[in-house]
Amino acid sequence: MKSAVILFPGSNRDRDMIAALTKIGGSAPHLVWHTESELPEANLYVVPGGFSYGDYLRSGAIAARSPVMGALTKKANEGYRVLGVCNGFQILTEAGFLPGALMRNAGLKFVCKEVLLEVANNRTAFTAGYEKGQIIRCPVAHHDGNYFADPDTLKRIEDGNQVVFRYANNTNPNGSLKDIAGIINASGNVLGMMPHPENLIEPAHGGNDGRTLFESALGLLEAENA
Amino acid sequence: MTKARITVTLKNGVLDPQGKAIENGLGSLGFSGVESVRQGKVFDMEVAEKNSEKAKSEIEAMCEKLLANTVIEDYSVEIVS
Repeated sequence: MKSAVILFPGSNRDRDMIAALTKIGGSAPHLVWHTESELPEANLYVVPGGFSYGDYLRSGAIAARSPVMGALTKKANEGYRVLGVCNGFQILTEAGFLPGALMRNAGLKFVCKEVLLEVANNRTAFTAGYEKGQIIRCPVAHHDGNYFADPDTLKRIEDGNQVVFRYANNTNPNGSLKDIAGIINASGNVLGMMPHPENLIEPAHGGNDGRTLFESALGLLEAENA
Repeated sequence: MTKARITVTLKNGVLDPQGKAIENGLGSLGFSGVESVRQGKVFDMEVAEKNSEKAKSEIEAMCEKLLANTVIEDYSVEIVS
């Protein structure tokens, strides 16, 4: 199953993402530099974590205006799956793929720890392998993960089941409204999340709760059930 | 050439933890009368356009597209000279 990872100056979680996609998908992802205006064919396009452009102006703001984002918009509109993790989530909100914004953590500190996530919606291409309401472990590492949206937008995404992951059991590390950790777009093919599922995919990581997300997103579960 | 100053601030109702921390810091320094602090950004810009109306609308477009995130921020453009 072929995937592609988009790289920006300052991406730094790309190596972990590449390792996860290679191990789970069975082949190394295409690597695409931000100046490209075309994307190769793939089942899944990933915007990884890091500090693109040093978080200048706002986290993800400059990266969201890169040439490659035009190509990614086209792929998303065609229904291809797009996953943004951490800075990738920030970039996808800044680029308008996903509603809302990610603000400075309420506690002002960079948080790097493990949290618990509730799978709030398992009827997505990314979470089909989980049970609804399942609590999974997942690491977070960010400074700007405090999800905000105006009341109308919040109602719209709640009513539309667009909240896919919520921080569970009082582990909300950043003050996100409604404990939101990850949301999907209305068409169900673009997921953004602050936690790092790529960092919990094998026993050496201390667990594999994140693995199912990639198996789902890469279409491996569908292939199994076919 | 037109010189402009652009101010970007958080919208009312959007929590500002940084402003709050600054407010607390001022309190620690003994400035007891501070009732609230909201942190924002200022951009000083020079554009080639000489007509200030045209320059202003050009800069407003820049605010909409990049300088402000209108989900959480408001902006204002002041033509300086």
